[in-house]
Amino acid sequence: MEHILTAIVFTPLLGVLALFFINRENANLIKTLGMAFSLLAFVISVFLFLKFDGTNPNMQFVFKILWIESLNISYNVGVDGISLLLVMLTTFLTPLALLSSWNSINKSIRNYVMMMLLLEVGMLGVFVSLDLFLFYVFWEAMLIPMYFIIGIWGGENRIYAAIKFFIYTMFGSLLMLVAIIWLGYYASTLNGGKFTTDVIELFNIAPTIPLAIQTWMFFAFGLSFAIKVPMFPFHTWLPDAHVEAPTAGSVILAGVLLKMGTYGLLRFAIPFFPQATFEYLPYVAGLAVIGIIYGALVAMVQPDIKKLVAYSSVSHLGFVVLGLFALTEEGVQGGIIQMVNHGLSTGALFIIVGMLYDRRHTRLISEYGGISKVMPVFATMFMIVSLSSIGLPGLNGFIGEFLILIGAFKSDYLGTPAFSILAATGVILAAVYILWMFKRVMYGKITNPENEHLKDVSKREIAVLVPIIIFIVWIGVYPSTFLNKSAASTKQLIEKIEHYKSGNQAATTVGK
Amino acid sequence: MHEYIGFVVLFPFIGFLINGLLGSKIKSEKIIGSIGSGVIGISFAIAAVIFFQMLSSPVENRSHIIEIFNWINVGSISINAAYQVDQLSIIMTLVVTGVGFLIHVYAIGYMHGDKGYWRFFAYLNLFIFMMLNLVLADNFLLMFLGWEGVGLCSYLLIGFWYEKNFEKGTTNDAAMKAFVVNRVGDFGFLIAMFLIFITFGSLNFETVFGRAAAFSVGDVTIFWIALLLFVGATGKSAQIPLYVWLPDAMAGPTPVSALIHAATMVTAGVYMVARASIFFALSPSVMLIVAIIGALTAILAASIGLVQNGIKKVLAYSTISQLGYMFLALGVGAFATGLFHVVTHAFFKALLFLGAGSVIHAMHNEEDIQKMGGLKSKMPTTYKTFVIAALAISGIPPLSGFFSKDEILWKVFDAGYWPLWILAAGGAALTAFYMFRLTILTFEGSPRWDKDKHPHEAPKVMTIPLIILAVLSVVGGFIGIPAALGGSNAIEHFLDPIFERSNRILALGHHEVVPTEYILMLLSVVIAVVGILFARHIYLKRKDIAENLSKKYSGIHNLLWNKYFVDEIYDATILTPTLKASDKLLWKFFDVGIIDGAVNGTAKLINIISGYTRRMQAGFTQSYAAYFVAGIIIILAILIIR
Repeated sequence: MEHILTAIVFTPLLGVLALFFINRENANLIKTLGMAFSLLAFVISVFLFLKFDGTNPNMQFVFKILWIESLNISYNVGVDGISLLLVMLTTFLTPLALLSSWNSINKSIRNYVMMMLLLEVGMLGVFVSLDLFLFYVFWEAMLIPMYFIIGIWGGENRIYAAIKFFIYTMFGSLLMLVAIIWLGYYASTLNGGKFTTDVIELFNIAPTIPLAIQTWMFFAFGLSFAIKVPMFPFHTWLPDAHVEAPTAGSVILAGVLLKMGTYGLLRFAIPFFPQATFEYLPYVAGLAVIGIIYGALVAMVQPDIKKLVAYSSVSHLGFVVLGLFALTEEGVQGGIIQMVNHGLSTGALFIIVGMLYDRRHTRLISEYGGISKVMPVFATMFMIVSLSSIGLPGLNGFIGEFLILIGAFKSDYLGTPAFSILAATGVILAAVYILWMFKRVMYGKITNPENEHLKDVSKREIAVLVPIIIFIVWIGVYPSTFLNKSAASTKQLIEKIEHYKSGNQAATTVGK
Repeated sequence: MHEYIGFVVLFPFIGFLINGLLGSKIKSEKIIGSIGSGVIGISFAIAAVIFFQMLSSPVENRSHIIEIFNWINVGSISINAAYQVDQLSIIMTLVVTGVGFLIHVYAIGYMHGDKGYWRFFAYLNLFIFMMLNLVLADNFLLMFLGWEGVGLCSYLLIGFWYEKNFEKGTTNDAAMKAFVVNRVGDFGFLIAMFLIFITFGSLNFETVFGRAAAFSVGDVTIFWIALLLFVGATGKSAQIPLYVWLPDAMAGPTPVSALIHAATMVTAGVYMVARASIFFALSPSVMLIVAIIGALTAILAASIGLVQNGIKKVLAYSTISQLGYMFLALGVGAFATGLFHVVTHAFFKALLFLGAGSVIHAMHNEEDIQKMGGLKSKMPTTYKTFVIAALAISGIPPLSGFFSKDEILWKVFDAGYWPLWILAAGGAALTAFYMFRLTILTFEGSPRWDKDKHPHEAPKVMTIPLIILAVLSVVGGFIGIPAALGGSNAIEHFLDPIFERSNRILALGHHEVVPTEYILMLLSVVIAVVGILFARHIYLKRKDIAENLSKKYSGIHNLLWNKYFVDEIYDATILTPTLKASDKLLWKFFDVGIIDGAVNGTAKLINIISGYTRRMQAGFTQSYAAYFVAGIIIILAILIIR
């Protein structure tokens, strides 16, 4: 079983290799192969999920082999409760994203499928890496296929959006690279000159860094992740990237890529630099809450559906960050499940917008109206996904929001329920912007004659949305299936952090 | 039998799944309607058996918890999907499934020919499912699921005819308004829930209420919990300041108005306050707020109802007003009496709405009572049952509304809140007046409708529910005949164990019958009779009085006609500024202008700088030579100066 993670990560890469031998004109075979390999990765990951021991808080399925000897860098992979669900999310969404773009991508289809598979490799690698250097390689490698997906298969203004996406995220990650190298050297001073980027080792070493330097490190890592999330005010690349990206690109971007930011915060920024986390936590939580409300208000007035969903992501991910920085079990577990929820519901929303776009080639809300009448099945699925997004109890979004809000409400680290109370207003605003959009697109009379003969969803389109809807309901009704997997790791993380809380107080008193 | 309570909840859900997934393929209205109503009928039957078993079992053995599964288990939170069968929840269950069943049957006829027939029954079933979760939940979170769930169903059903226009917008504007205003209330509920959790470490009713009993009266945390719960209740139960969605909710099909916006969902707030009565008993100041809001809502809504012309609109305001009475009761500590009024109100208000639906049906979707009149002879069953309901809501003995309303008035007076009693009694007079204004303009006098309309009595499937509800409206009050009239107030005694803790805190004993009670009783009957006679006099004999009054006091009439301009005020102070600020200030100015401007500005700046530095490597040997010489000079200069 030690190779199961490697198998999952590199199955899509095998697909890429296989595609080299396929004639670029044979579109159907190319798409089928792409689907087959991404589905295979999903099937293996289901095994992983079933075999994963939820009661064990530590890394599982670890496989480590020395890679660059001079720097003591290894190929080192493993999953715990925090990364498992994100691996699942990635392998689940990629085939659906491919299926959703089955007919809408016509230009150099082979390259497109290859890029999607490469993207999957990058994302999976990010979630399973237990070596910072390896992590960084995947982190950066994933930028390239995304850059091309936006830049080649995107909308009119795609070049601007692609470059903006690339440079924005690159800026953050370079700072992180500096921090990683610094960490490696710092470790070597304690390790008898042995440079290391091993994450497990660093969990114990990094928190010993004095607060003044920790602050710098926290910000170097944090900024990189904050841009990715994206947290207010680093979010402006997102609407552009989403609007220009093709449907599948948006699905992956919103569904998985943004989670790399929140995952990074939880996996590295918080446990590596606990003292700095305590120090700056109210500010981070403050930005998260601003993001929740600001994202929702700006989403409300967007004339373009895709931009609306993009800004709604800023709001939803604000919830995730708030939950993580509450540093309570409820908040962190809520944050983790909310990452999955956002991937499902926002991924589905982008698929839905793509379905409308495929039919009418516009994303402007004002072009639609009364679509329910001609597309009733579509209307039902759209409604369920919308309700998931606004956090209706019984569906997935509520579980995440509830846990996050209650976790933030009771958090001693945040110190005041004000964050949670302000964030809860985002729940009201979510209902406003989603339902208002839904009303203008789906209800009323059909005023635009072009909308009169739209076809309802095809079997393929149903096959894309139904699996997502199943999980939307599953997580809403019986979240334990998933929460049980993340419980032990979360608990251990919180306990470790708590341990440094007392240490921190001692350090500051000595400092004074 | 109580262990089968899960089935009471499950059957409506099965109905929802069958009609929702297969309805479009079944096509037969008969089958869809039978499934839709049948599942509710079964639920009602099971609930009835549970109820009678409860009656025959000893008092201390009437409350049971039935666990279904563990819903959420994270950190210190553990929440079960579990149902609590006790005196309070079983009464609500009977009302929801019983009245709900009659309305489902009625809808078989009412919705005949509608192309969304299956969708309608699926939504109605889903509504019942959610409502049952709300009233049967054994913890706040599951209750919240039902709470938001009924809000969703209300949203779906108000906007059911999504192509139809309604007032200034579409039906969906009304639907959205309902959902969003409710969510504002839900915000209060949510925060209250968080406070409850951190204070008591649980969301389970029994645990929380048991621990709450140890708190002292006037505790600050309890104050906030009670107040925030009440904010939630003002949303769902349409009280000041969140009542504005309910009148617009009439955009939905009439059975929806009857079921959701009159008989059941809107009473959820009353139920919730009653369930959590201990918090209110511990915070006298919140109790006072509840009572005042209730009384004010009662009179405010009644005053608006005086002048409205939409048959459903008048009923909608009367619902808001009656809900006000229920909160007034809760606010003075008469929890059981509030619940009593929930029950009787469910009978007569459902009847009124269904009767109105029958009229609207016959008049081809005409809702303006100024264009009706003389329908008495055309639809006798509807007329007779409607009058019964109108008499009941006006408080004429021995109909059901008399007992419950009179009990509320007496409890208010007995608690010493005589200013509130005056408001409530005034509201009662207005109620009698506008109900008979409505009845007379609709059914009596000479016809004012177009000749091409041929109103006729509704089919049996619609009139039979009317008749059953009429019977209930007459006898429903007998479950609560006060001691003063020789009764035993059965419902109050039945509910006693539920409110035992709260009543102990409030130190409310069983009061002695005093002469004042008879005087007040007589007074309230006189008030109602005068209101009715006054309405008859004006609208049957002297229509000029009404016209003169509205001309003479055109300012007041205008104010009432426009519902005190509350919608307009909300629009101007909250809605429009938020939208404008978000659009102009946050998005276009701040997001695009400042943040993105800074990002793009940085890129431009780098571009400009590199535009200059680029020139250094233009490839001209002369300039390279010049840089070279300049460099040497600078180095030399530095060396010399040092």
